[in-house]
Amino acid sequence: MRTSKPARAGQYLALLAYLVFLAFPFLWLVSTAFKPPRELASLHPTWIPKDPTLDNFRQAFDEQPLLRAAGNSLLVAVSAAVIAVVIATPMAYVMARHRSFLSRAATGWVVVSQAFPFVLVIIPLFLILKNLHLINALPGLIMVYVVWALPFALWMLVGYVRAVPREMEEAAAVDGAGRLRILVSVTAPLLTPGIVATGLFAFVTAWNEFFFALVLMKSPERQTLPVILTHFLGAEGVADLGPLAAAAFLATLPSLLIFSVIQRRITGGLLAGAVK
Amino acid sequence: MPCRVTGLRTTLTALAASLTLLLAGCTGDSGDGADGSGRITLEFQSLAWQKESVDANKQLVAEWNELHPDIRVKYVQGSWDSVHDQLLTSFEGGEAPDIIHDASDDLADFAYGGHLADLRPYLPARLKSDIPERSWQTATFAGGVYGVPFLQEPRVLVANAKLLKESGVRVPTPAHPWTWDEFRAVTRKLSGKGRYGVAWPLKEPVSATLNLSLSAGGRLFHRGADGKVTVRFGAADAVVPRTVHDQVNTDRSASGTTLGMGGSDTLPGFFAGKYAMVPLGFSYRQQIAQQAPKGFDWQVLPAPAGADGLAQGVSPQTLSVAEDSPHKKEAARFIDFLLRPPNMVRLARGDWMLPTGAEALKDPALRTAKDDWAVGTALAAHLSPAPAQSVRGYPEWKDKVATPALQEYYSGAIGLGELRRRLVDDGNLVLARYQR
Repeated sequence: MRTSKPARAGQYLALLAYLVFLAFPFLWLVSTAFKPPRELASLHPTWIPKDPTLDNFRQAFDEQPLLRAAGNSLLVAVSAAVIAVVIATPMAYVMARHRSFLSRAATGWVVVSQAFPFVLVIIPLFLILKNLHLINALPGLIMVYVVWALPFALWMLVGYVRAVPREMEEAAAVDGAGRLRILVSVTAPLLTPGIVATGLFAFVTAWNEFFFALVLMKSPERQTLPVILTHFLGAEGVADLGPLAAAAFLATLPSLLIFSVIQRRITGGLLAGAVK
Repeated sequence: MPCRVTGLRTTLTALAASLTLLLAGCTGDSGDGADGSGRITLEFQSLAWQKESVDANKQLVAEWNELHPDIRVKYVQGSWDSVHDQLLTSFEGGEAPDIIHDASDDLADFAYGGHLADLRPYLPARLKSDIPERSWQTATFAGGVYGVPFLQEPRVLVANAKLLKESGVRVPTPAHPWTWDEFRAVTRKLSGKGRYGVAWPLKEPVSATLNLSLSAGGRLFHRGADGKVTVRFGAADAVVPRTVHDQVNTDRSASGTTLGMGGSDTLPGFFAGKYAMVPLGFSYRQQIAQQAPKGFDWQVLPAPAGADGLAQGVSPQTLSVAEDSPHKKEAARFIDFLLRPPNMVRLARGDWMLPTGAEALKDPALRTAKDDWAVGTALAAHLSPAPAQSVRGYPEWKDKVATPALQEYYSGAIGLGELRRRLVDDGNLVLARYQR
């Protein structure tokens, strides 16, 4: 059935409205980052700064160790993403290919585990990491992020594995390929978009995470970017708005860059995961 | 195909090796506060956040470290936004900083929980006598002193000086403030076309209401002979809430839309002349000085006075020592250094707040007319502990009972009788649970 022109126009309009809705906070953040203090306090704020300035960026870098914090965030997020994917991929394969009561129970547990609030686990986690001498240590934070990302990563990858036709693996077996060869040469390449998308999910989760980083990293040298951003906030919600916006804008850039670079792969991966 | 397999294996091996090396270089320190040479390292978690304030703190730490090579202090940046949760976890895990910056109204649970050291044996006589008793009370719990109150801020009226002058109203001074009735009359006079006499930023209505109510003699919380606290809402407690309610709902001299705002949110309207006055904390002057349009003339006025004069409640910023710290004596020495009168002045100027210390308050830099420092220092003697300072169960009473009740009353949704019923009847049920 063909869509009529007015209906199609309506669809595009709805899509445009949705895009504007999604983009609004980011565009406003960018606009704020370039406004001088007096424009920030204007009763009639404008989209385009009348007197754009880089002072907020200068001040942000001057006041807080943003680069060091970004380095910590990058290290933690990349490590967490890589480890989560490395662990989750074979697990997902087993869960997808060998359906049993155990695999169904595991899937159920994965779903339930996502419902635990951070505050419920933070003190026991803190004590465990303390005994392992991993408080105030980036490996401790990476471990936490891996554990936190793993269930959802697993869940995502199970969908991608199921989307890979079993017949292709069987055909490779008929051609004489061993199990490892099948996994590495047949299944893995088809799973690549899914692995990329899952890794990206784990990366963004770790990059944005605040509470665990706040509690576990007390040393200024090891604090991550989200924790540093709160240093622009005072008591009772007062904020140093310009530098905060500048720092927050910089903090969003890595995710944006990575998304834009591998956008096609993700889209492909998401579509592949949707195929049943 | 074999090449691809080998390539993948090589990549994975290299990745694992890199991660191992990378992580090995990132492990934390032991955290016992001492190195092999016997030098002590104290962690000082500061919540300073404005540039001048952070600079002042860091400079003082550097000066201490230069003077005391055997007792190093490491500056750790904390955040007001999350300090309670972060400290709670650190205390439970035995990893709290040695010296802790916080606000006095956040200390009660930590003090009663045994996480903070009783500072009485460690504080030098100079510091004890320099800070007035009423300030010490804000950090005194069950007879112990669990923090040194060092910075505080009164709530003041920041006014558009031009509008005030044009209206011809009497400009109040600390020596001759407005009464609450006079204030109401003035805001009516200052209201006009598209303009309100006052904008109350009451997103957090409870502490503002309770602290200002002290001026009219309102206390709300009453401790009985058995030590138990009950809520009573008398005529004195009603003066401030009724003034705000009537300004918004009867006189229309206060903006109803700002009731849900924070202090910073009202500034654009204030700068645009939409509000003639805004009740704000004294430290907001920093934002106003930075953000006001060129030529904007503003001034600080004392909050209105009631039967008890200019009295108002405050919760000062404090410095505490963790009970688990193995170096309490040294930590207290650092606090003493940080709060010597000239240093307290530097911290106060950095935060645009008032020092608690009597000597620091005498400093000419805090008595200047510029940015109306003098108005604030004149109010210092009238500041007392916030009424709810040591009331256990206050946070729940505030969140579940008082905040919604006051918000509804101020917006005109309920009357004074219903406000009283909820604050007292519902409130006492909450407090009773904490005092069994």
